[in-house]
Amino acid sequence: MTGTRIRNEALSAAGLVTISEPTAESAGAAAPAVLAVASSGITKRFGSGQVAVDHVDLAVPRGCVYGFLGPNGSGKTTTIRMLLGLAFPTSGRIEMLGVPMPSGAVQVLPRVGSLVEGPGFYPFLTGWDNLARCDAADRTANPRTAAARIGEALDRVGLLAAARKRYRHYSLGMKQRLGIAASLLAPRELIVLDEPTNGLDPQGTREVRALIRQIATEGVTVFVSSHLLGEVEQVCSHVGVMRAGRLVFQGPLEELRRTSAARIRVQTAEPAAAEAVLHRLGLADLQVSGHQVSAQLGEDQPERICTELVHAGVAVRDLGVVVPSLEELFVGLTGEGFDVHD
Amino acid sequence: MTESVTAGRVPIRGWLRFFRSELRLVFGRRRNLWILAVAGAFPVLIGIGLRLATHQGNSGGPDGVAFISQLAGNGVFLSFIALTLLLTLVMPLAVGVAAGDSIAGEAGYGTLRTLLAIPAGRVRILSVKYAAIVVFAVAITFLVAGVALATGAALFPIGPVTLLSGTTVPLADGVVRLLLVALYVAAAMASFGAMGLAFSTLTEHSLGAIAALAILVVVSEVIDNVPQFAAVHPYLPTHWWNSFDALLRVPVDTGTLGRGLLSFGIYTLLWGSIAWARFSTADVTN
Repeated sequence: MTGTRIRNEALSAAGLVTISEPTAESAGAAAPAVLAVASSGITKRFGSGQVAVDHVDLAVPRGCVYGFLGPNGSGKTTTIRMLLGLAFPTSGRIEMLGVPMPSGAVQVLPRVGSLVEGPGFYPFLTGWDNLARCDAADRTANPRTAAARIGEALDRVGLLAAARKRYRHYSLGMKQRLGIAASLLAPRELIVLDEPTNGLDPQGTREVRALIRQIATEGVTVFVSSHLLGEVEQVCSHVGVMRAGRLVFQGPLEELRRTSAARIRVQTAEPAAAEAVLHRLGLADLQVSGHQVSAQLGEDQPERICTELVHAGVAVRDLGVVVPSLEELFVGLTGEGFDVHD
Repeated sequence: MTESVTAGRVPIRGWLRFFRSELRLVFGRRRNLWILAVAGAFPVLIGIGLRLATHQGNSGGPDGVAFISQLAGNGVFLSFIALTLLLTLVMPLAVGVAAGDSIAGEAGYGTLRTLLAIPAGRVRILSVKYAAIVVFAVAITFLVAGVALATGAALFPIGPVTLLSGTTVPLADGVVRLLLVALYVAAAMASFGAMGLAFSTLTEHSLGAIAALAILVVVSEVIDNVPQFAAVHPYLPTHWWNSFDALLRVPVDTGTLGRGLLSFGIYTLLWGSIAWARFSTADVTN
C-alpha cells in the first residue's frame, strides 16, 4: 500500500499522472460511501511492544457529529493519526470517505479538514501567513482564490482582526481557532478535530461547540475527540468511547442513554417494609442504605409501585426515578481516573 | 470540488507554489538572514586583514592558505581565498543549519503533521525541502564569492589573471572561471545538504541534526589531514570540496573535477535515498 502511494506521489511530482482526479477504480469517490470513516481491526503496536490501539472498528455515518471519547492516553490521538496517514497501523484496514488509507491519502485528504493534537503552526509567521503556507502546500488548492478563502476561514473563527499578528503572540484559544480555520480552508466533506477544546476557557469551549454545530448544519461530517464528554455531548449525534486502546462503545448517543437502566428510589422511615414490597414486585438489584431503598425500574410503572407501597402501609416520604447522567455512564465505561473518589 | 480538481490538474504548478512558499520560509527567517549576513561579512574582513598585511610589507597572511601570494597582484584571488577558508566550517555550518532544520524543524513546531494532513505528500515535502536547501547552498556560495570579488576589486589591483599553472588569462576569462568555481562549490554544498536532509528526518530536534553535521564535517576534515588514512581520503565527504583549484589551470584538470562531482553525486543519491526511506515510512508522532 505504502509503495503505491509513494510511487503515485513520485509520478505526480514528476507530472506524469494526475492523482487528484478520481479514477474509475476509485468507486468510493464516484458513489458516496455511507460511512465517512470506517476501520476494521486497526491496531497500533509501538516498537516498545505497547499496544496503543487494539482492534478498533470505527463506523462513522456520513453527516453525523461523532464524539470520539476517552480519557487521555486511551489511544484516541494515535487512532486519529492513523486515520489521516500520519502513522501507519500495525494491522487493520481504514477507509476515509470510501477511499482506503493510507494508500489513498493524496486522493481523499483534500476533502478532509483536520486538527491533530493541537494546532501546529510556525510561531514566527502571522496567522494569515500560516494559513497561506497551508494553502500553498495543498496541491488541489486554487492559488487565485487563496486570499478569499483564507479571509473567510479566519472570519469564521473570529480571527480576522488578528490575522496580521504573529502566531507566537496568539493566546491558546486563538491558536486552537487558527487550527480550526486551517481545516476550513477548502470545502470539506469530513472534518477531524482532535481535542479542539483543549486548554480553552468555558467561553472558548462554547465558541468551538457553536462552530462545530454550524459546520454540521452544512452537511459536513464532524469527527471530534475529547476526554471530556460534557464538552461535546451537546453537539454529538453519535459517540465512540475508547478505553485503554479499545473501542468499548459505539453508536448513537440515544443508544448510549438507553443502555443505562433507570432506577426507582424510595425515601421512607420503614426501609425494610419497602424493600419487601419491591422484592415482591420482582424488581432487580435492590439496595438499601439508611432511609433509602432503590432498585432497577425495569418495565414497571413508578405510579404502580407507589400505589403498592401505600397499600402495603409503607409511609413514603419521597419517591423518584433516577436516570444516570451521561457523565456517569461515560465514567462507567472508561473507568475512574486515579484519585477520584465519590 | 470541481474547482479543486481543476486546480490540481497541473502538478508542477502546485509543486512550484509549495516551493515558493518554502523559499519564503527559508529566506524570510531572521536567523537564516543573519547567517547569510555573517557569511557575507567574512570575505570583507579577510580582505581587509590581508590588505593590511601586504601593506605592512609582510610576505602574506596565514601560511598554508592557497592563493595568498597571488592576491597582492590580483584582487580576483580574494574570492578563491574566501571560499577556501569558509569551506572549512562556516559554509558547511550555514548549509547544515538550513538542511538540519528542514524536516526536524517542522516536526519540532508540529507543522509536519499539519503539512502531512493537508496532504502535502511525503515525497513532495522532501523534494521541496531539498530544492530549497540547494537554493540556499547556491545563494551562500555566490554571496561569498560575489562579496569577495567586490572587496578584492576595491582593495587590490585588478587585471589579467595569472593562473596556478603560470598562464595569464584575460580578466573576463578569470571571472568566468570564478563563476565555474562557485558552481562547483555550490554542488559540494548541495550534496552536503542532502546529508543534512537525511539527518533531519531522523530527529525532531533540529539542533541535534545540525550538531551531528558539524561534528561529521570536523571528523572528516581531521581524517583527511592524517596521511596514514590516505586510502580512505577520496571517499570522505569533505575531501573534494577544495578541489576547485583544478579550474584555475590550463588545461583544466578535468579528472580531479570529474571525481569531485562524482563524489558529490554519489553522496547526494545516498543521503537522498536514506532520507526518502526514512521519511516515507516514519510515523509522525509530533
